[in-house]
Amino acid sequence: MPRWVEAVPFASLEEEEPVRFDHEGRSYVLVRTGGRVYALDGLCTHEAADLSEGLVNGHVLECPKHSGRFDVRDGRALRVPARVGLRTYETKTEGGLVYIDIEHGA
Amino acid sequence: MTATAMPHGAGRHAYRLIGGAGDRAVANGLSNAAWYKSPVPRSLLKALMRRGDARAAWDTLLWYLLIAGAGAIVFASLHTAWLVPALLLYSTLYAGPADSRWHEAGHATAFRTPWLNDLLYQIASFQVMRRPTVWRWSHARHHTDTLITGRDPEIQVQLPIRPLVVIADFFGLTLAPSEFAKMLVNASGRMIAEEATFIPASEWPRVIREARLWLAAHVAVVAAAVAIGSWLPLLMIGPLPSICGAWLYNFFGITQHACLPENVLDHRLNSRTVLMNPVSRFLYWNMNYHVEHHMYPLVPYHALPALHDAVKADCPPPSPSLWASYREVISALRRQWRDPGYAVVRPLPARDSDLKTRIDHAALG
Repeated sequence: MPRWVEAVPFASLEEEEPVRFDHEGRSYVLVRTGGRVYALDGLCTHEAADLSEGLVNGHVLECPKHSGRFDVRDGRALRVPARVGLRTYETKTEGGLVYIDIEHGA
Repeated sequence: MTATAMPHGAGRHAYRLIGGAGDRAVANGLSNAAWYKSPVPRSLLKALMRRGDARAAWDTLLWYLLIAGAGAIVFASLHTAWLVPALLLYSTLYAGPADSRWHEAGHATAFRTPWLNDLLYQIASFQVMRRPTVWRWSHARHHTDTLITGRDPEIQVQLPIRPLVVIADFFGLTLAPSEFAKMLVNASGRMIAEEATFIPASEWPRVIREARLWLAAHVAVVAAAVAIGSWLPLLMIGPLPSICGAWLYNFFGITQHACLPENVLDHRLNSRTVLMNPVSRFLYWNMNYHVEHHMYPLVPYHALPALHDAVKADCPPPSPSLWASYREVISALRRQWRDPGYAVVRPLPARDSDLKTRIDHAALG
């Protein structure tokens, strides 16, 4: 069963601007790019830097600390020092709000 | 203002990554800690972090044209007394700017296009003689644990001061020979134990593969020298120009952190921004804005002056010139020679007088 959690208003998401969302002690990062909203674990798999302080270029999310890169579509690590991918989460937008399914990270 | 850089008796062994002060630093929360950042509006920071290809492409083309021009002068000076200064000029251009190009490409901030960063990184690494994958991870650690004793593998000036080592290092007499020897170790299929502490095992095959490629390149240069019966290939590619040109990047680079306190979690205290003229900033790709670079390493070199403007009110005054920074560094080195506990403490803005910047010596105990 999906466990949808209200994250942020859709209007608060700017194109290619990562936004942090904390819930139940976990951090997530939401990225709006290419007409879609993606949700991923919010801390870099290398040294747990806050990815919402990083840079988005197309579908690539770059860590602010060491330039590790991830594909926001599937969480794949694209550049060292990030070697382990990020978990990704389904998102949906209803009533102007973005929800993420925190139960089924891939 | 002064602060203790390290307690008396801690000794150089504290800098070892195995058996040094690193374990204590980790236990005391000094490793992978939260560092102070001067506030920058997100919209401005985002604009500063944007990168392109054109600026770095032009700068890189200009750099290699300068190297080629110096190479032409070397050829024109053959069998004349001008050969030695020509070779020094060539080496200086070959290795001096390679340090900052290696650095910027390693951060992937030189170009927007990833493979251009990777290409420049590989070539500049060879010119400055830093094994690419080893130093990629070494530099990541340097950014995580800047000047944390026993954790940062890139602390250039270690205490207690050994003047001859400082001088030899300044003139490139330590790095290239050391890197050459380590390359041979790697090429034989082995890792250096200390380096294995910060390079994930999954990257070791890459380290070994690169070392073998480098060894093949050096053998090819020797073979070329033998084939044409000239020393020239050896003087223009490989360790010799790397050594002879190292003075330039050390001339700039020693100002980055020398004589500033270790084990503080604030780059305003352990890094130095030095104002330089445009020629030096071209050769050094703006790494003189070193506080700013450490705070926001995603900002490309060409945007660092603008970042400096954004944060300067929250930072210690920059050194107004290389000359001023050298007066400070040389004076501090002399004092540290007598007193390893001494370090320069740069004054923070008045509003930070109550800032709880941590200066923790426990890691060195």
